[in-house]
Amino acid sequence: MELRVLLQAIVSGLLTGGVYALIGVGLNLIFGVMKIINFAHGSLLMLGMYSTYWLFTFFKIDPYLSLAITVPLLFLIGVIIQKVLINPIIEYPENNQLVLTMGVMLFLENLALFLWGPDFRTVKVSYVGTVLSLSIVRVNLLRFIAFAGGLLLALLLYIFLKKTDMGKAIRASSEEREGASVVGISVKRVHLISFGIGTACVGAAGTLMTPFFYLSPHVGHLFLLTAFMVVVMGGMGSFIGAIIGGFIIGLTESLGAVTLPGSLGQIIPFSLFVIILLFKPTGLFK
Amino acid sequence: MMSKQVKKLSYGLVFVATACFLFWGPHLLSSYLLHVVILILFFSFLGSAWNVVSGYAGQFSFGHSAFFGVGAYLSSLLYVKSGISPWIGMLVGAVFAAGLGGFIGYLTFRYKLKGAFFALSTFAFSEMLRIIALNWSITGKAMGILIPLKEGGSFQAFQFIDKLSYYYIILLMVLCVLSVSYGLDHSKLGYYFKAIREDEEAAGSLGINILKYKTIALAISAFFTALGGTFYAQYMFYIDPDIAFGTNVTIEMILRTMLGGVGTVFGPLIGSAVLESMAEVIRSFLGEYKGVSLMLYAAMLIFVMIFFPHGLMGLVRRRPKEAADPIKR
Repeated sequence: MELRVLLQAIVSGLLTGGVYALIGVGLNLIFGVMKIINFAHGSLLMLGMYSTYWLFTFFKIDPYLSLAITVPLLFLIGVIIQKVLINPIIEYPENNQLVLTMGVMLFLENLALFLWGPDFRTVKVSYVGTVLSLSIVRVNLLRFIAFAGGLLLALLLYIFLKKTDMGKAIRASSEEREGASVVGISVKRVHLISFGIGTACVGAAGTLMTPFFYLSPHVGHLFLLTAFMVVVMGGMGSFIGAIIGGFIIGLTESLGAVTLPGSLGQIIPFSLFVIILLFKPTGLFK
Repeated sequence: MMSKQVKKLSYGLVFVATACFLFWGPHLLSSYLLHVVILILFFSFLGSAWNVVSGYAGQFSFGHSAFFGVGAYLSSLLYVKSGISPWIGMLVGAVFAAGLGGFIGYLTFRYKLKGAFFALSTFAFSEMLRIIALNWSITGKAMGILIPLKEGGSFQAFQFIDKLSYYYIILLMVLCVLSVSYGLDHSKLGYYFKAIREDEEAAGSLGINILKYKTIALAISAFFTALGGTFYAQYMFYIDPDIAFGTNVTIEMILRTMLGGVGTVFGPLIGSAVLESMAEVIRSFLGEYKGVSLMLYAAMLIFVMIFFPHGLMGLVRRRPKEAADPIKR
């Protein structure tokens, strides 16, 4: 294979990895704090994408500026889901929680289908074709912004978790729920905020992807298993792990696509995922 | 107070009446209603199969479409490529799926993958199979497999013109899987499964070979799920990678079982009947609005999960004592 193709695949894999990292960080936060596997994560990504689409279509708001609206909006949606649906069953067995988030996924997807129809939609910004040339590798500007934006938001979240009181409370409850409540942390409030932030992260990832990806009510399915893989590979509850997991999945996916015919390349990240699950189920970084 | 004989007689009468109803009743149904009944039975069959490993043994699988797809594809391929009767293909598929289930079970349980981790690894296996089916020329890639029709139907080819034949076949399959579930409720094997579900470490310390029995549970479950796959392929005469290995069929199995009552004999049947009839009623009223029926379906599921965590069977059955109740710990 030509070296250029390989290099191009590596760069494009890393770029995708930046977005996967942000999706994974959101899922990871929810898992870390509440120990819930959120099957609705992909549908929340879909909601983020549609919000961006409608803001662009109706109000001509640039997709990247719309982050100022989509992030708080998705945060609010996350808080509502947590308060109304997840909180009542937080002490129930894991299977019930899995099925509940599955129900939320089905509901949101079909809500989108009902409101906006099954059509595939795209957002066309004026700078869609802009390409940056770095010697022999070419980088699509939109993908680069998504990559940089994803990492920047993840970094902001990291600082928030490390430096602020709320961030510390979140980390404390994720390590020891009961212990945290004993020292006066309102675990309920921590859960609300964590679910809100996790949702806002995936919403932001959706917004960042909208300019170069198509939307449909079922688009979340494409990213659901990816998000799980990112989180499990890096280690559930490990922040850095989720970021590195994002890059691993992005890279293997993109390398698989250039080395294997058709969509067969997708099998590479899956196999890697299963292998890691088998030999180090707690993830690479935990 | 009824004497023992009268009681026996009345049970016998109820049994005969039920049998007559199940046998003759469908003759009165329209083709559409018969189709609905077949779907109810079909999904309850799949739900019961899933229930063996996820309900009784407590290992939540999110990748049962892997076994469903193996059953559907193997029997169809054997029939289309080499003319082998789907009845034989059905058995071959089921045995193969049981082997696959044993393999996946052995791999994952050996490394003590539990709960969400086990669910996700089964999900990854089913996705891998979907991608293989999507890219392999033998399985017809994205086009899937269209089963050629025989004029006038043929028992040997598992093709019937009237829906009644399909009804009797799926009825028989459901009775079969229900007796397996009943057997699990009343046998040593079933007690092992339940012990593992309730407290794995305690079960292990009592000498139950956890790895072995979890793997057996998954293999049994996979075996029956694959039978359902063949039935589906022969009823619809068409399968493709998304139908066979996609998440939709897995979600149907899980939702119906959880709604009816997970880990119970009749839960999957009740859940399937309630959801299917509800979906049909909603569809007939709101059919032109895309997505509404599934939205209500999802809303009902969420409602049941929050307010009736034992599923609908929890309303009928005597509730376990507070301390023994796994839901309210």
